[in-house]
Amino acid sequence: MAHVIVEELRKTYRIAEREPGVLGAWRGLLRRRHRVVQALAGISFTLQSGELLGFVGPNGAGKSTTIKVLAGILRPDGGRVSVDGRDPFADRKRHVARIGVVFGQRSQLWWDLPVGEGFDLLRDIYRVDPARYRRTRDELVALLNLGGLIGQPVRQLSLGQRMRAEIAAALLHEPELLFLDEPTLGLDAPSKLAVRDFVRRANRERGTTVLLTTHDMHDIEALAQRVLVIGHGRLLADTSVEALRAQVQAVAPQLAGRAAQAADEDETQREQMAIEEVITRFYALHGATEA
Amino acid sequence: MGPLHLLAQLVAASLRGQARYPLSAVTLTLGQFAATGIEMLAVWALFHRFGPVQGWQMADVAVFYGLAHVMFAVADALGRGFDVLGSELLRTGQFDRLLLRPRSLTLQLMGHDLRISRLGRLMQGLLVLAWAASQGAFVWSAGNVAVLLFAAAGGAALFLGILVLQGTLAFWTVESLELANVLTYGGVHAAQFPMAVYERWFRRLLTFGVPLAAVAYYPALFVMQRPDPLGAPGWLGAVSPLAGLVFLGLSLLAWCFGVRHYASTGS
Amino acid sequence: MTANEVLRPYLAAFRARWLAMLQYRSAALAGFATQCWWGGIQVMVLAAFYAGGAGPASMPLHNAITYIWVAQGLLALLPWAGDPEVALAVRSGAVAYDRLRPLDAYALWYARSAGWIAARVLPRLALMAAFAALLLPLAGWPQWGWQPPASAAAGAAFVLSMLFGAALATALVMGLNIATTAALDARGINALATPLVIVLSGNLLPLALLPDAWQTALLLQPLAGLLDIPLRLYFGRIGAWALGLQLFWLVVLVALGRLALERCFQRLDVQGG
Repeated sequence: MAHVIVEELRKTYRIAEREPGVLGAWRGLLRRRHRVVQALAGISFTLQSGELLGFVGPNGAGKSTTIKVLAGILRPDGGRVSVDGRDPFADRKRHVARIGVVFGQRSQLWWDLPVGEGFDLLRDIYRVDPARYRRTRDELVALLNLGGLIGQPVRQLSLGQRMRAEIAAALLHEPELLFLDEPTLGLDAPSKLAVRDFVRRANRERGTTVLLTTHDMHDIEALAQRVLVIGHGRLLADTSVEALRAQVQAVAPQLAGRAAQAADEDETQREQMAIEEVITRFYALHGATEA
Repeated sequence: MGPLHLLAQLVAASLRGQARYPLSAVTLTLGQFAATGIEMLAVWALFHRFGPVQGWQMADVAVFYGLAHVMFAVADALGRGFDVLGSELLRTGQFDRLLLRPRSLTLQLMGHDLRISRLGRLMQGLLVLAWAASQGAFVWSAGNVAVLLFAAAGGAALFLGILVLQGTLAFWTVESLELANVLTYGGVHAAQFPMAVYERWFRRLLTFGVPLAAVAYYPALFVMQRPDPLGAPGWLGAVSPLAGLVFLGLSLLAWCFGVRHYASTGS
Repeated sequence: MTANEVLRPYLAAFRARWLAMLQYRSAALAGFATQCWWGGIQVMVLAAFYAGGAGPASMPLHNAITYIWVAQGLLALLPWAGDPEVALAVRSGAVAYDRLRPLDAYALWYARSAGWIAARVLPRLALMAAFAALLLPLAGWPQWGWQPPASAAAGAAFVLSMLFGAALATALVMGLNIATTAALDARGINALATPLVIVLSGNLLPLALLPDAWQTALLLQPLAGLLDIPLRLYFGRIGAWALGLQLFWLVVLVALGRLALERCFQRLDVQGG
C-alpha cells in the first residue's frame, strides 16, 4: 500500500482585510471584509514507502499548506489525505508519533539546555523504549558528528551544528515519514554536504520516506529521485529531475532568443543548464509566480 | 509515561534552563518579591495612619492578601504558556511544534517556561499568611488548612482559567489582550482586600461576573471564623472554591473550540 | 552658530522619535483599561480607610483621589526601563555611529529619550483626563473623579512642574541607558529598581500618606519630583521653591550622567568595542 495518498486536496483561506489607520481599524470591527485565497486547488499525488520526494514551488504556491495538512495540524477543505492508512488530522496523536519534522529556521530543542538533555526529553515525550532510544541516539550522534556537542546548550551551537542536532532530534523516535523544510538554509558548504549525505543514508538504509521542501535546487538535484512542482495551488509537474530538465530544454531554444541562434549550436546543446535555471524557466513556462 | 510525569519533566526542564543563569534567576525572584512586597507596604502604611477599616485589623486584611497572592502565583507559573500564546508561540511557529508532539496540548502549555521568579510572589503570600496566623487572625487547625488549600486550588484554577481564555482569544485577534490583564492583575489586586470595602456594583462583579469572591473572600472569612458583614452563610467559604474549578472547566471547553478553529484557518 | 542652529539637530532628534512613537497607537491604548481598574480600586480602598480614621491635614480624600488618577495618567513617566532604541544600538554596534557624529552624545540620546517619553505620556494622560476629569463628573460622580486645581496659578505651576518632571524622568532613563551601554545587567537592575521607583515617586501611595516620620526625606529625594511635587503644586500645598528642588536634582543627574557616559565611552574605545 502506498505510504502517503493525497487526493484532490483543497484549502482556501479567508484573510481579513485590514484598512490602515485608526478609523480603518474601527470600521474593520464593524464590517469584516475578507479576501479569499485559494492555497490548494486540488492536488493529488502518492508516495510509496521509502521514496525521497522533492517539493518545490515559488513562495506562496501552497507548499507549507500541503506540509501542514500532511502533518495533521491543518484541516483541509476538500479532498482526501491518508498517511499509513490514517487521516492525519482526525488521528493526530497517533499520526504525529510516527512522523518527524524539521523546520529550517526554528529549533524544537530547548534553547538553554544541553543537546543531550533535549534528546532525553524527547524520548519521554515520544515514549520511546529507553534501550532502543540509546541505540538510535548513539547511531545518530555518530552519523551526524554530534559527539562533542551533546553537552553544549543549543544556544551556543553554530547554525550548521544546530541543524544537525535538529535532524537527529527529529529521528530519535524512528519515524517512518520525515518532513524536511529548508534543512540547508543558511548552512556553509561542508554542512550542506553533511546534511544531504545523512538524508540520503537515512532514506536508503532505513527506508524512511522523505518529503523535502526547499528552494535550494542543489538539494533537489543531489537527493530527489522525484520532484513535485507546485504553483498557485496546483501541481505543475510530478517527474524526475532529468525529465524536468529535458522538458525545459526542449523549449529553451525558443526562449533563449538570439543566443541560441548562434552558429555554435552544438555547444548550446552540450551545455548543461544550471538547475536553478531549469526550475526558473519551468516556473515561467507555467506562469507560476510568487503569490 | 503518564500526564503528571510529563508535566513534571517539562517543568523540570524549564527550571533547569533558568538555573543556568543563577544570578538572573535570583535577581528576578527577589524583584518579584519586592514588587509584591511593596503592596504590603501600602497596606501597612494605611493601617499605620488610619487604624482599622470597617472593623478589619491589619492581620485580618493580611489573610485576604496572602491567600490572593498564593493562588495567583501558582496560576501565573502554570499559565505562562497560555499567556504568551499570542505574543510568542503563534508568531514563531512554536505552537505548531507543540501540535506535532503526540501529547496533550494543554499539558505541554502548562509546562512551558515555568518561571522561577513566580516563587517571589508565592513566598510573599505565604509569609504574610504566616504572620497573620501569628497575630491570631486564624488558627492552623486541620480544617482551616484544608479550606485554605482548597481555596488556593480553586483560586489558582480561576486565574488559570482566565489565562486559558486569554490564550483562546489569541487565535482570533492579534492585538494584545487587555481584558485578561485587567482580570488577572486587576483581580489579584482587588482580592487583596475584603470585598466589603468596595462599592456594591463592584462586589456584584467580583461575585457573579468573575467568581473571585468565591475563591478568596468567603474561604478567608470561614478560616477567620468571622461573620460576613454582607450576610452570607458561614459555611459558604468551605465549598465556594468549587466555582473556580468549574470556571477552569468551562475555559478549557472554550480552548478546545479555539484550537479547532486554529486548525481550520492555519494561523 | 546661532542658538537655533546649535539646537537644531537635537530638536530634530526629539521630533523624529516623538513622531515615530505616536505611530504605535495601540501601545498607547494598551493598558488603559487596566489602569482605570487599578485606579478605581485604589480610590475605593482609600475611601474606606478615610471613612474609618482621620487623614493628614495636607491631603483630604478628594485630593488623594485626584492624585491617584493623575498618577495613573503619568505612569509612563516612571523610569523603570531604558530606552529600547539605545539597547538596540548597543547590541547592534550602531552606537559607534553616534560617536562619529559631530554632536554631543549625551544631548543626542537625551533628546531621543525625551521624545520617546513624551510620546508615551501625552496620549495616556489625555485619555485619563478624558476618563477621570470629564467622564466621571459627567456620569454623576464628581467626587470620585479628577478635580480641578486649587487655583489658576496652581494649575500653571503644575504644568511647569510636569515639564520639569518629564526632564527629570528623561535624566533618570539616561542613567539606565548608560547602564546598558556599560553592558551592565539592565534586566537585573530594573527588577530591583522598579519597586523602589514605584514607592518613592508616589505611584504606590501619595507620599503624604506614608508615615509622618518619613515625610522630609521623601520630599527631598529625586524621585519626588516626578509626580509628587507637581501634584502638591496642583493642590496649592507647597510653595514655588519646590520647582527649584526639581531643577536641583535635574542638574545633578544630568551632570552625573554626562560624566558616566564619557567614562563609559572611554572604556569602550580602549576595549575596541
